[in-house]
Amino acid sequence: MSFFLNTKIGFFLATRQIKKASFWTTGLIVFVMVLTFLNLVVVSGILVGLIEGSIAAWHNQYTSDIMISNLDTKDYIENSPSIISTLKALPEVQYISARYAKGGTIEANYKTKKETDKPNTASAQIIGINPMAEDQITGLASHVAEGEYLTPTDYDKVLIGQFLLAQYLPVESPGFTTLKNVGVGTKIRMKVNGITREVVVKGILKSKVDNVSMGLYVVDSQVRELIGRQDNNVSQIAVKLKNGADVASVKNQLLLRGIDKQAKVQTYIDAQPKFLKDIIATFAILGNALSSIGLVVASITIFIVIFINALTRRKFIGILKGIGINGKAIEMSYIFQSIFYALLGSGIGLLVVYFALVPLFAAYPIDFPFSDGILVAPLVETLIRVGLLVFATLIAGYIPARMIVRKNTLDSILGRN
Amino acid sequence: MIIVKNLIKSFKDGQTETKVIKGIDLKVENGQFIAIMGRSGAGKSTLLYQMSLLDEPTSGEIIIDGKEAHTMTQDQKTQFRLLNCGYVFQDYALLPELTSLENVVLPLLMQKMDKKVAYAKAKEALEKIKLGHRLKNIPSQLSGGEQQRVSIARAIANHPKILFADEPTANLDNESSKIVMKFFLQLHKEGQTIIMVTHEEQYAKMAEKVIKIDDGKIVSIHSSTN
Repeated sequence: MSFFLNTKIGFFLATRQIKKASFWTTGLIVFVMVLTFLNLVVVSGILVGLIEGSIAAWHNQYTSDIMISNLDTKDYIENSPSIISTLKALPEVQYISARYAKGGTIEANYKTKKETDKPNTASAQIIGINPMAEDQITGLASHVAEGEYLTPTDYDKVLIGQFLLAQYLPVESPGFTTLKNVGVGTKIRMKVNGITREVVVKGILKSKVDNVSMGLYVVDSQVRELIGRQDNNVSQIAVKLKNGADVASVKNQLLLRGIDKQAKVQTYIDAQPKFLKDIIATFAILGNALSSIGLVVASITIFIVIFINALTRRKFIGILKGIGINGKAIEMSYIFQSIFYALLGSGIGLLVVYFALVPLFAAYPIDFPFSDGILVAPLVETLIRVGLLVFATLIAGYIPARMIVRKNTLDSILGRN
Repeated sequence: MIIVKNLIKSFKDGQTETKVIKGIDLKVENGQFIAIMGRSGAGKSTLLYQMSLLDEPTSGEIIIDGKEAHTMTQDQKTQFRLLNCGYVFQDYALLPELTSLENVVLPLLMQKMDKKVAYAKAKEALEKIKLGHRLKNIPSQLSGGEQQRVSIARAIANHPKILFADEPTANLDNESSKIVMKFFLQLHKEGQTIIMVTHEEQYAKMAEKVIKIDDGKIVSIHSSTN
């Protein structure tokens, strides 16, 4: 009996069964398939989206496209003005922001503190910036949650990251402290390079990038003065490229110019912190594991659905065999039904994902502690998942149909066990 | 011609084995109309199921037109049934989601028949049993008598060598039963071999030969007086 004929008869039977099936039963099966599809795509998509959100925040709020930073042996970049000139001359470069960075301490409530009181201090990275240049690169001004952003003429005024304040991070672990009773307008003491300055908190920064939320931002000219960097050698240069510019190619140009001898030249991907890279790898494994479980659940679901369907139709399967319909054609009819349910479920799932969930998550990201999670569902990967789901469904539909078709014809007709 | 030799069928339930057919020998000539009668549990339907290759005998031989049917594989039996046998069941055994026409055309399509020819033949068979106006109705929209007639149309659409009927009138009222039997007689006149199981004497008498079975054995074979 030819494969083509069995396929034709199987299709004939499947279309009639689907057409005449109860609307509610079909609806329920398709609903389960839609949920299964969403489980496959959305769960891993949110996991990936969580990391994508974190990567995007790290890229947009801290490193920009290329990050040039001091070598491990120095705390500044040699010949920074020359490197900045080189960068400005590159046609792909849109903006740059040079930063001074130096570890220091900050202290609050020092005027009211009794001798026996524990000092209200915290360690912080003091970052000197050109406020306008930094805002062009990282949009830092938009992260001021309270107070105001810095202006180039601000002196003895600082922006403080939220994680340096107890009201935003009420967790104290050994070796890590935050300032208490500090808000906009509070005077604090900043100690850097052995020099202590009293400064006023002009604004509080709220960001999900730790390097921003744990930094104390000061206008660059004041930091330069405090740390004695009259040579204008900075610690970091964040570089934003024009739209469409190739990051790797610009990095290569900088390496060809020998800048790597004076500084670390990294793309925003190279500069990702190790914990982020570890989380990406972990979530990739987790996403695959969840997808695999989703596939198994989908297979079992369709197996049960087809098995119950075939079992309740056992008599009719017996009749079909009795009047001479080949068992393979009957199996084909169940395979077609499984594929129908999988494709319809996936089709509706695709519409839900691309026309509802992706835009929804883009508009209202999930507020995770370290990122604004979006839903990442690349079309090709999603279509691969559809393919996997259809294949798993096909197998899960075939097995129960085969089990019932193999039973004795007369036993099936008479409903005997 | 169907030859049945020393046919035995027994059922096992745990350690208990029940013999339902206890060594039957039978010969049915082409074109004969045979009625198998007997009380409930005598083994008449079981005999029909073995002869029609719907079930596996425990032992014995079934030879149909020289072919040793008892040695065939399941797939070969399915194919043999498709090409040579027609079935009419007590409960009509129609597929509920198919229309009358689709129920009849399905075995024809399975025979690799051209779609147009198959539909034409199916329509012709339904018109022959006066159901030309019910082609697009599904079984639940038909009366019991009409469903049985669709079942007969399905069985005879491709002119099978043998028509097997298991209590075809058992679920029908008198009027519908008479229509069905009248149709069987017409088929018989056209040369159709028919093997029918019935417990209704009035319909058994319409057959050419009546075989009475009791306790798994043939107790009598009578030629009908009709």
